Amino acid sequence: MSTLQALVDAVALGSIYALVAVGIGLVFGVLRLINFAYGELITAGAYTLWVLRSLPAVVAILACFAVVVSLSLLLERVAFRPLRKATPATMLIATFAVSYLLQSIYLLVFGSLGNSVSTLAGLQQAVDLGGLRIRWITIVSLACGSLLLIGTAILLGRTSIGLHMRAAATDFQTARVLGVRANRVIAFAFLVSGVLAAAVSVLFTVQNSLVTPDLGVPITIFALVGVVVGGLDRLWTATLGGFAIGFAYSLLGDKLSGEARVYLPSLVFGLVIVVLLLRPGGLFAGQPRSVERV
Amino acid sequence: MPDAMLELEGLEVRYGVVAAVRALDLRIERGELVGLIGPNGAGKSSTLLAIMGVVPVARGEVRLRGVSIRGRAPEAIARAGISLVPEGRHIFAGLTVEENLRLGRAARRDANGVEADLRRVYGLFPAIAGSLSRQGSALSGGQQQQLAIARALLARPDVLLLDEPSLGLAPTVVESVFAALEEVRAQGVTILLVEQRAQVTVSTADRTYVLANGELRLSLTPADANDTARLAAAYLS
Repeated sequence: MSTLQALVDAVALGSIYALVAVGIGLVFGVLRLINFAYGELITAGAYTLWVLRSLPAVVAILACFAVVVSLSLLLERVAFRPLRKATPATMLIATFAVSYLLQSIYLLVFGSLGNSVSTLAGLQQAVDLGGLRIRWITIVSLACGSLLLIGTAILLGRTSIGLHMRAAATDFQTARVLGVRANRVIAFAFLVSGVLAAAVSVLFTVQNSLVTPDLGVPITIFALVGVVVGGLDRLWTATLGGFAIGFAYSLLGDKLSGEARVYLPSLVFGLVIVVLLLRPGGLFAGQPRSVERV
Repeated sequence: MPDAMLELEGLEVRYGVVAAVRALDLRIERGELVGLIGPNGAGKSSTLLAIMGVVPVARGEVRLRGVSIRGRAPEAIARAGISLVPEGRHIFAGLTVEENLRLGRAARRDANGVEADLRRVYGLFPAIAGSLSRQGSALSGGQQQQLAIARALLARPDVLLLDEPSLGLAPTVVESVFAALEEVRAQGVTILLVEQRAQVTVSTADRTYVLANGELRLSLTPADANDTARLAAAYLS
């Protein structure tokens, strides 16, 4: 595979991780909570596509969005809102608990062997563009990823609710004192992150059709690594971090052959350690954070 | 009987076992400007934060227009008609001045009259009007304070709470801030002003209370503004 070919695939994978990074970053912005259960939203969307595999793709995809967004809002209402005044550690553990609970439910309902999703399978076909064999899903991932990221940027930058979210992410208490409704802003963050998770469900299952109960876990971990590498302070640095991890994963994967590919995650994580040693504040953060541990 | 806008009855605020405010009774009539002065740690800011619902009220009652607002969320209290200009301004440095002002409208109870209110705050603070596209962080300390007050006024509050608006400002800027407050009061807004600058507060406010160790110690009128011995005694009591 040519380097250019690998670059195109890297952009597509990067756009998916960027969507996940933004989904996680939106909730982190308003709640200061890293939602480790985010991957289970993606898995829920993937199983919805599988369950509705006999229906037209449009119906299955709409249902996927409805299920994932509803689940995201339900988690906020049932699991996270009652704990909002708890310590950050408690909140974090709650996200792990929710993650394992949902994985267990998926395991009980769908089994461990995995189910193959064929929604939009036609997008696996390749098109010849100037000597490059590019799969339609690569183009669609790139287009959808870009549109959703631009849409999120417009939402945050041009609307009242977006302004309220940015203010809440900066200083929630002052935002509330000004009249910004905490519940509304947080629910909206979960809603948007749910939409992004649903989009990832659709795009990811075209590229990797086998859906297992732990499908979302590695996606979340890699995106989180991207978020940390990019810098968690701002959404755009988290987005770039997501892209960066997709790039690293795809390009390194291209260089590794056969059995050596099992070392791909180790290589990516090794690279992350090097990046964080050199730039503890994140690859794209403006000011290096002063972090001291004893 | 005069029209009570804001009432505190036996207000107590605690941080753990420490009582920051004890048995505080305060009644502010509609359109009044009332000062609250006292040494550091007297409980002035805690009083404002308790009114605003930012810190819980351990005991007592907070009423707005005769209706209890105790236990309500800060955003609900803001939407009921109280605006706080917090200590340290707390403007959003990463947002533009225009965006900061838009945030001030979050608590408005009616969407009408926004343009007129904007003209009014631009008239009070011309420097803000000329800086709409600048980032909040690019403003001077005085301009940031003006922005914080302008932002609070755009909620069209019945009661304006100010926590040390003169903190860190040059004397000329302090004068302009106090002049603006008098104008805001003239427009019918009830004001509770927490300040360290005793003399200017006493001379500006209709009544000023001295708070020490969380308790009201003294009530002063503008006639006491030049009685420096009484002011000093109030602080040292």
